[in-house]
Amino acid sequence: MAEGILIYAEQREGKLRKAAFESLSEASRLAEKTGGGVSALLIGKDVDGLAPQLGPYGAGKVFVAQADHLEKYTTEGHTAVFADLIKQIDPSIVLIGGSTQGRDLAPRVAMRTGGGLAADCIDLEISDGNKMVCRRPAYAGKAHCEVVFRDGVSPQMATLRPNVFLVVEPDASKTAEVEQFQVNITPDQIRVKPIEMQVKGGERVDLTEAEIIVSGGRGMKGPENFAMLEELADVLGGNCAVGASRAAVDAGWREQRFQVGQTGKVVTPNLYIACGISGAIQHLAGMGSSKVIVAVNKDPDANIFKVADYGITEDLFKIVPLLKEELKKLLSE
Amino acid sequence: MNIVCCIKQVPDTATVIKIDPEEKHIQREGITYIVSPYDEFAVEEALQIKEKLGDTTVTVVTMGPERAKEALRQCFAMGADEGYHLVDDAFDDSDTYATATTLAAAIKKIDFDLIICGKHAVDGDTSQVGAQVAELLDIPQVSMIMKEEINDDKKTAVVNRQLEGGEEVLEVQLPSLWTCQKGLNEPRYPTLKGIMGTKKKPITDFTVSDLGLSPEEVGLLGSKTDVSKMYPPPPRLPGRIVEGEPEEAVKELAKLLREEAKVI
Ligand SMILES: Cc1cc2nc3c(=O)[nH]c(=O)nc-3n(C[C@H](O)[C@H](O)[C@H](O)COP(=O)(O)OP(=O)(O)OC[C@H]3O[C@@H](n4cnc5c(N)ncnc54)[C@H](O)[C@@H]3O)c2cc1C
Ligand SMILES: Nc1ncnc2c1ncn2[C@@H]1O[C@H](COP(=O)(O)O)[C@@H](O)[C@H]1O
Repeated sequence: MAEGILIYAEQREGKLRKAAFESLSEASRLAEKTGGGVSALLIGKDVDGLAPQLGPYGAGKVFVAQADHLEKYTTEGHTAVFADLIKQIDPSIVLIGGSTQGRDLAPRVAMRTGGGLAADCIDLEISDGNKMVCRRPAYAGKAHCEVVFRDGVSPQMATLRPNVFLVVEPDASKTAEVEQFQVNITPDQIRVKPIEMQVKGGERVDLTEAEIIVSGGRGMKGPENFAMLEELADVLGGNCAVGASRAAVDAGWREQRFQVGQTGKVVTPNLYIACGISGAIQHLAGMGSSKVIVAVNKDPDANIFKVADYGITEDLFKIVPLLKEELKKLLSE
Repeated sequence: MNIVCCIKQVPDTATVIKIDPEEKHIQREGITYIVSPYDEFAVEEALQIKEKLGDTTVTVVTMGPERAKEALRQCFAMGADEGYHLVDDAFDDSDTYATATTLAAAIKKIDFDLIICGKHAVDGDTSQVGAQVAELLDIPQVSMIMKEEINDDKKTAVVNRQLEGGEEVLEVQLPSLWTCQKGLNEPRYPTLKGIMGTKKKPITDFTVSDLGLSPEEVGLLGSKTDVSKMYPPPPRLPGRIVEGEPEEAVKELAKLLREEAKVI
């Protein structure tokens, strides 16, 4: 009988990612209902040192798979280890953070192990003992659905949308048992060779991981005016990113990787400040589940006001600089 | 080279989605359909590779109801050469596992050096089918590519893929499967000549038995998951317009963000 919950402890360059803690926190919550233990899988080279960080967040056991050829993430390397572990410990539930890496890895592992996989979940629940019910948006958030696993399917797997699941308070008294897990895949079986990482705009967090996003649209009038949003973001601190609508990206004012929306990034920050964005359905698809939305738009009929928690109908060129000063004052108090 | 693009017909992104009374699907009436935007990037990239390398066939494959033929023809109008339509009532309600099983069975019947998919289809939004097809065909995958260059030996390629905070450059062996992210290219508009030519391009239909699969392996029966319920997203409560002169409005907004919303 399949039992217990396994999470994927994503790390990059020797640092555990937020995705790992979100998955682990959610696993601990689910385990209160399912019973069985919570374990974590950590893959890389010389990553032993990270294992103790997982205990306080609820991992009873950490499987560590280490090899030179696992230093950099590859789909094939991680799939092989992950699938081997699932076959060995037979968990009933597997949770993976829905980061770029998690979304690349999870479907491949699900296919190899015969598991079912629900993508980009925003809520999980247990019914009938250990059946997982997954809630997730579809049609770019225009509909939500419940995904269940068909009878006898194991493991029940889900990727979790970043920034949605709360990280529990660590309990320093809890420690995890650490077990080395054998790596069977050989270097020649990995048909992809990572060459280099091209870090871009390194100092700000990625949109999908940001807690606050200041975003600009066609109303920004030109690329130079985004400096205003950058300054506002600076005031708001390290977890703030600057986004854009497709109109701003298509005009060449911002790079594509900053686009929010149906054909850009789907984001769930605590605070989304939309400046000069009309709120087209495709834009709302990307940011409509932000916890709090602020809109600055001089057109009182703009669609963005239908989803905004707070709106100001004024010229953004007046409002944004004032807001920056006001927040600076407030945050320094 | 033979390049296979997996494309899906989906509701237009501007569609207002309504849920049907059974609460399991969306209402189909009045929907206009398009080729999923990311799949257009896939077809465009395949066409650009063909233009660069010459001697290349671009094949488009879709699984979907009868109307999905229109999506294949739209890809023909862009320049794709031939199409396969996996069409059978038995395919209804496939999850990504069953979809990938069906697509992979079809692709095995087609000679291929490279498979290109969209990053995700803008209906289910799962981003799972590409990787699952790659697994079934036992080929490597690269997700969310932003740039690619096939090496002269045509056995390897150098590909950039998007990651949080940057791009990763990889060398990948062919055959492999790539999924496309926005920014890779600008899909071309069909030309009149392209549209005129679509009728002459062949579409082969495949049913379950043509694929050598049993009905238990496809559709809902072959699926691992099931959508048990579909419902509208939770409504956002009506917001508040912060009134007043700019200075006052901004002060009030900052206060609300801190004291009421508690987000700063
Ligand atoms: C297949 C497809 C996919 C798409 N995907 C996306 C996507 O991922 N993301 C996305 O954003 N869009 C997407 N779109 C485009 C979308 O339909 C809209 O065209 C786009 O979001 C509009 O951007 P905008 O709000 O910046 O511009 P506009 O709609 O032009 O709005 C600009 C707003 O700024 C306001 N404004 C102007 N000047 C000022 C000022 N001085 N002060 C205050 N307010 C001012 C105006 O009142 C207006 O409301 C997609 C479209 C399609 C067809
Ligand atoms: N029914 C289908 N027919 C053809 N290709 C599909 C189908 N479903 C998904 N795909 C391909 O898989 C990609 C990812 O889809 P999804 O996993 O559904 O988000 C799409 O962009 C397509 O390239």
